[in-house]
Amino acid sequence: MQQDAMAREGQSGKKKTVARFRQGSAIRQLWETNLEVFQRDKMALFGLFIFAIFTVVAILAPQIAPNDPLNPLKNSDGDWIKDAMPYWLAEPGEDVAEGYTNTFLLGTTNIGRDIFSQLIHGSRSALLVGFSAAAAVAVIGTVIGLLAGYYGGWIDTILMRAADVAFGIPFIPFIIVISAFFDPSIWNVVIAMALLLWRDTGRVIRSQVLVIKEQAFVSAARVSGASDLRIIFVYIAPSILPLSFLYGSFAIAWAILTEASVSFLGFSDPETISWGYMLQDAFNSLALSREAFYWIVPPGLCIMLTVMAGFFIGRGYEEVLFPRLRRM
Amino acid sequence: MNRGVVYYILGRFLQSVMVLWIIVTLLFLLFRLAPSNPLASYIDTTFTKQQEAALLARFGLDKPLGEQYIIYLFNLLKLDLGETFSYSGKSVMDILRADLPNTIYLTLSSLLLAYLVGVLGGIAMAALRGSLLERVGTTFTLMTRAAPQFWVGMLLLTFFAFQLKLLPSSGIGPAIVRYRWETEWDKLMSPVFWRHMILPTFTLALYLHGLPLLLMRSNMLEVLDQDYVTMSRLAGYSEWRVMIQTAARNAMLPVLTALTLGIGYSIGGNVVIEHVFSWPGLGRTLVRAVQQADYPLAQGAFFFIALIIVFMNFIADILYSLLDPRVGASAQAQVS
Repeated sequence: MQQDAMAREGQSGKKKTVARFRQGSAIRQLWETNLEVFQRDKMALFGLFIFAIFTVVAILAPQIAPNDPLNPLKNSDGDWIKDAMPYWLAEPGEDVAEGYTNTFLLGTTNIGRDIFSQLIHGSRSALLVGFSAAAAVAVIGTVIGLLAGYYGGWIDTILMRAADVAFGIPFIPFIIVISAFFDPSIWNVVIAMALLLWRDTGRVIRSQVLVIKEQAFVSAARVSGASDLRIIFVYIAPSILPLSFLYGSFAIAWAILTEASVSFLGFSDPETISWGYMLQDAFNSLALSREAFYWIVPPGLCIMLTVMAGFFIGRGYEEVLFPRLRRM
Repeated sequence: MNRGVVYYILGRFLQSVMVLWIIVTLLFLLFRLAPSNPLASYIDTTFTKQQEAALLARFGLDKPLGEQYIIYLFNLLKLDLGETFSYSGKSVMDILRADLPNTIYLTLSSLLLAYLVGVLGGIAMAALRGSLLERVGTTFTLMTRAAPQFWVGMLLLTFFAFQLKLLPSSGIGPAIVRYRWETEWDKLMSPVFWRHMILPTFTLALYLHGLPLLLMRSNMLEVLDQDYVTMSRLAGYSEWRVMIQTAARNAMLPVLTALTLGIGYSIGGNVVIEHVFSWPGLGRTLVRAVQQADYPLAQGAFFFIALIIVFMNFIADILYSLLDPRVGASAQAQVS
């Protein structure tokens, strides 16, 4: 996929540009970098705001959603309320004959499920997959990058060859196969992403560690008798953590997109509503030929918004860490 | 070409072969993880035990795992991917051979379009830096990268195929027309085929143009800071000439590498687009094979896509080291 190309390209392009590092205590430099990202870059702050809103929606989903997202709704005659238009689009009086009051903000599906309620509940799987996959990718990539860069030698060789293998495995096909072989669940996507996507983070962090480990404070720590693990995780790790955040933010975006694609292809759990699943449902029940934009547009917009939020935050980190790329 | 470069290429090639071998092994193990009997979809419930055993023997599934693995490797070397379960015993290779050209046409035409627009757009964005137009343009590009491809495809389908009825909604052409295509050349010469290609190509290109555009833009900004650009400005060349002849030519190199990588990764990532437009390519075949538990076909399609990706990664590495000798040296240091 393209993000791999971008990561590899970014990595080689930035070979000369070493990320800026701060002095001072580990926690403090981390805090200052994070603060700078969101103070300097309004778009990154906007991204954070989008995530905050969707998080609130996801937590309060059962309270906000007017109807059950999975149960088809029935009218007074006990028939399913199929293909109801959003009330602001429907012809007035049309619903009276059908035996229900149209209060549907986004209409209903072809079997009478409330689209708006599905949209609200869909934020849960998007954020769950997005954040857990990103956390897994960032943690695995960071640890592998740290170990490979610090120890070098055969450890480095093995880990980087493993990264080569991960770069050679087609991402979406791999996830499809994994999802098909195990019981359908959103965790398949998280596991498959964790197994493959650490490669980008791992490579970049490794090349940064190669630079940092030559610096005076690392030698000082070694002379004063700190163990390897202590040097890696207490002295080196804090300096490269902003990079992990950078890749983590992009990973949130890719995870949400990937989960949507996999659900759209029909490899998700049909009991869990997600935006990708909604679009699959619309696609398979011929919403396209009925021009049901009210069904097709909203889930895609939600995916796009959350993915852009991840991009914005990632770019914010990029600009603080690699000032040469900054918009001039 | 000096000896160092030859050794580097040779080393990279051997490494790619190793990577492919590991992927192939993982693929073998992965498909042994498959739930239930790999022939589950094939075996009728009315089969007797003997019939079942005969079938297992026909696919070599009665042998021990190690032996199966060896047979599998040798078959791969001969490019023999076995027989499909679901297409009444057609060979996997036949099906993939029919799919591959379609995937390649779609990928190459959309990459071409995307990189043309991306490179020119990137130059324009760099020239316009700081302006409102640049901000709007970059935001639009970010949006196209954030929007799920299949969703964009669905919107375009609804609008152009169903609402305006301007373009066909799926496939590569009606059966009556396809019947007359005896060779790939006939297909490529057919206007019907190209009409079917417009929407998927445009959808894919819309997504793909973001990478070259953003890459080109940041490369241009970096190059424009260099002394030789300042020099050519001082020498009195027009702004247009400075931008295109001096800066853009140098900013192009990383974009070319990205294009090479892009070919491999788009072929792997086309799955979703091919599904939306029912485009008969590798990706759609893979999805169907997995859905129908046709494991030899799924395995074969997966192998094909991985082969293309590994090969393109190799080409990109070589290209990068040839175009930029500095990278060659440091890359060699990484290899050893």
